[in-house]
Amino acid sequence: MEYVLQMKNISKTFGEVAALHHVNFEVGTNEIVGLLGDNGAGKSTLVKIITGYHCPDPGGEIFWKQEKVSHLTVSKARDLGIEVVYQERALADLQSLWRNIFMGRELSNRLGVLDQRGMVRETRKLMSTAMGFTSSAVTPESTVGTFSGGERQGVAITRALYFEAELIILDEPTMGLSISETRKCLDFVDGIKQAGKSAIFIDHNIVHVYPVADRIVVLDRGTIAGQFQKGELKFDELIDRLTHLAQTGHLETNHPKAR
Amino acid sequence: MKARRSLWSILGSIEGLPVVGVLLLLYAGFVITAPTVFTKPLIYMSFLQTVPPWLVLGLGLTLVITAGEIDLSFPAVVALSGFVFAYVFKHVPGPWAPWLGIVLALAAGALVGWTNGILIAKVGVPSIMATLAAQFFWYGITILIANGLQIDIGAVEKTAVHDLFTGRIFGIVPAQALWAAGLAALLWFILNRHKFGEAIMFIGDNPNVARVMGINVEATKIQLFTLMGVIAAFGGLLLTVEINVFFPNQGQGFLLLTMAAVFIGGTLISGGKGSVVGTFFGAYIIGSLQAGVVATGVTSYWVQSAMGLIIIAAVVINVLIGDGRIGPASARIRKWILPARAQSAAAGKTTDVPKGS
Repeated sequence: MEYVLQMKNISKTFGEVAALHHVNFEVGTNEIVGLLGDNGAGKSTLVKIITGYHCPDPGGEIFWKQEKVSHLTVSKARDLGIEVVYQERALADLQSLWRNIFMGRELSNRLGVLDQRGMVRETRKLMSTAMGFTSSAVTPESTVGTFSGGERQGVAITRALYFEAELIILDEPTMGLSISETRKCLDFVDGIKQAGKSAIFIDHNIVHVYPVADRIVVLDRGTIAGQFQKGELKFDELIDRLTHLAQTGHLETNHPKAR
Repeated sequence: MKARRSLWSILGSIEGLPVVGVLLLLYAGFVITAPTVFTKPLIYMSFLQTVPPWLVLGLGLTLVITAGEIDLSFPAVVALSGFVFAYVFKHVPGPWAPWLGIVLALAAGALVGWTNGILIAKVGVPSIMATLAAQFFWYGITILIANGLQIDIGAVEKTAVHDLFTGRIFGIVPAQALWAAGLAALLWFILNRHKFGEAIMFIGDNPNVARVMGINVEATKIQLFTLMGVIAAFGGLLLTVEINVFFPNQGQGFLLLTMAAVFIGGTLISGGKGSVVGTFFGAYIIGSLQAGVVATGVTSYWVQSAMGLIIIAAVVINVLIGDGRIGPASARIRKWILPARAQSAAAGKTTDVPKGS
């Protein structure tokens, strides 16, 4: 399988605390990887290394489409085509919708003067198509601090989509959403698959991850405890395994009937 | 409330309008209470002469506060840049001495601002502490190298520099008022229509979000404090050239006036939203009060209380008319005092911060 992202021997230590130990992780082209793990398993740290926010400890290597990437930064990651929909949406509350959509990647001329008209026009277009905002009270000039949870999610997802990402990371995207908003969000993950892009889908809730993921990776206490291909395991069996993991710290991966 | 934009919210969306309203009301009041003074142009010309040096400081400070930071060191830069200019003018021979003085004075301001920026962005010293220390340090250095003496530069009046910065256009309008207006226009453009200004707003709004969205927070802060240093040096130049003398404690007393102008103007103390237009007119409100109150015939002891009232009135109007939300001051003070790294752990604006695991 062709990999869009490959990470080899990734460790990350914060002072005394080792968040990740020698993790090997990869995402294939057009693959949806579900990343499961309890709080503190290292999911967010892994994501922040992929997005260039944290630098892995020496010895770790990152490859993007078979090419080694050294000194990954946030803007470099975005240039490569890595987009994140953060758990908390990563919006600037006091700023207008159009500034949030183009945050960190403004349309501007060579002198850095903003193409405000262009950004407002694009935002208005996106509002009616991708975001599904129908209320006439919301304009590109509205400040996002006044938006509802679902609207904020719409902004964050639309922002990831607009810039034609190759790899979209969804960090707990269903948290705090209503049932219909969750449905919309899972449809969006399906849409990523249809469009031939890749995604990493992080969630506490296996119910959400299982149907949309091609492969499920389980992270536990900073290491990869195991992985399962779609169809390798029934939903109930997966739940049993994860419960067992939580109790014993061991995840069985080879023979489904071993227990 | 969202469905129908009320008249108030439309008025509130015009930047600086409430402040202009307060200024006009104030002048209207003065015209009624002191008609002999306030119906003649002389008093207004005097405002245009005395307000610009620290109005310029307020314009720079608006950007700093919008970024969620604070600068207390600019009064010392006013002294330092005045000294550098006066010293060069006095001791370097040749007709280009004043121009060299200007360049070196601005460079001195840039140096102070840059060291502030390094301490704040790279070392992680909270800006309130770094710039408080800088204010003492640079005043001390200035007094030290000036030997505590003032420098008389009366000869500057005959130079083109004097005409350029503080001459009287058409014989009446002080040139420094136009410089201040020009700088206000430039900084408004930078804040609202340029990537640098947008980075300032994002950082003031939420530095962690700005960082994960690829904004170089550290570099932007260093550039911002350097710019503030240059602007403060420019304010010092306007003052020194206007009064034809450098004195070692010049600039003292500007700090609170300048901050008052910024907050009257509607800039949020919690960062993320700043109004250059508001600061511009806010400075004229503050600058007009003293002369105005005295001219009305009441004792000048009223000036300070009147200033307090005006500040409160303007801020209340800003809150009522605009969509601005004044964040709790305690959150802001915590932000200034806690080092950058500890901030994400502290409460306050962490609701939108991607958290580590």
